[in-house]
Amino acid sequence: MIAVIDYGAGNLFSVCNALRFLNIAHEVTKDADTINRADAVILPGVGAFPAAMESLHATGLVDTVRENAAKKPLLGICLGMQMLFDKSNENGDCAGLSLIPGEVRRIPSQRVIIPHMGWNELVITQDCKLLDDIEKPVYTYFVHSYQAFCDDSSIIAYADYDGKIPALVTDGKYVFGAQFHPEKSGEKGLRMLRNFERIAR
Amino acid sequence: MLAKRIVPCLDVRHGKVVKGVNFEGVKDVGDPVACAAEYNRQGADEIVFYDIVASHEGRGTFLDVVRETARQVFVPLTVGGGISTVEDMRETLRAGADKISINSAAVRNPQLISDGAEIFGSQCVVVGIDAKRDGNGGYTVYANGGRIDMKVDLLKWVEEVERRGAGEICLNSIDTDGVRGGFDLEMLKAVCARVRIPVIASGGAGKLEDFATVFQQTDATAALAASLFHFGVLTIPQVKADCRSKGIPMR
Repeated sequence: MIAVIDYGAGNLFSVCNALRFLNIAHEVTKDADTINRADAVILPGVGAFPAAMESLHATGLVDTVRENAAKKPLLGICLGMQMLFDKSNENGDCAGLSLIPGEVRRIPSQRVIIPHMGWNELVITQDCKLLDDIEKPVYTYFVHSYQAFCDDSSIIAYADYDGKIPALVTDGKYVFGAQFHPEKSGEKGLRMLRNFERIAR
Repeated sequence: MLAKRIVPCLDVRHGKVVKGVNFEGVKDVGDPVACAAEYNRQGADEIVFYDIVASHEGRGTFLDVVRETARQVFVPLTVGGGISTVEDMRETLRAGADKISINSAAVRNPQLISDGAEIFGSQCVVVGIDAKRDGNGGYTVYANGGRIDMKVDLLKWVEEVERRGAGEICLNSIDTDGVRGGFDLEMLKAVCARVRIPVIASGGAGKLEDFATVFQQTDATAALAASLFHFGVLTIPQVKADCRSKGIPMR
């Protein structure tokens, strides 16, 4: 069973729609015991970083999420991915979960439209089980104005948008983050969610 | 590199798909959920649902269509028609829409754009605009599906739409809509020159090359069509293959 953390994130239902469509057992939860007995955890997220961290703190689950991230697969999606890093400066400095070293800042380019919205191609720089059986080119759906800045070793794939935007990141162990929305990225996105469930088995 | 998007639009009336030509002569065809699933299978980059009746009584049926589609289609869904308050936006997003599209209500009450962007985020607020040549070298904005001239200058309106925080503009040319003679390149160029937010081209697609042409000649980031795809004149893979062969990035 995958625990989908319920702290009021806007894409919670579309993530669950996708899991239901794939017949992947999941529970939407803010209960620490449920998270502790889950095989894997998904941290959804849409909106602004500080508000989302505040909501997550309000559920009292920050420590539970961090403890579970050390022993079972965790996937952060969109803002949920950004929350995996040390901090963000969206609307002022705010600490993240520090599961992957790095920080989140506004997309720096002045030459492109912000938000980065639409289908962009993943440039894959590391093998990852999340990408198993997915044929290239892999286009995924992005909607965001802030991006992660982290070491190349944490990046599995990036998207080129007048600069390198980390798209799929990892701590090298159990923690994964997708800046794009796999639940809105068609067949290939669904395949990634299916692969995540396989990793969790 | 960001791909250009091909967006099929499904006009829905009483829970069924319809398509009007120049907004007149509507005929009933098809189940919207099945149509959306088919477009998803064909590789649509986004799907638009438009409630053309937009009556208070019919709202529940329409949102059921959105809800059911969101359960089986995993590309972004944009939903428009009859959205005139923040509450309408909220219930449409809750039904599973990723973006809401407002048109006449935004012209009558521009604050709705600001409120929507503030509460739900710019990325989910699309402002749909129906515009027409005014006969004096300019363009004017229409409401109620192209029936009422709002006497609002198009280029001033798009600037305000952007300033108020809309995430995208879907520009429908009444002059070319339903005529199948190609998108309104002139109107699109004029609008794209005024704003930095993405502009979706709508109205007039009639043949394969029209899509590549709109991407080559204007800065539109997406192209929308309804009847062309709906009646199977062209399929999405055909359109994408043609664009790709001309060097336009496609998913």
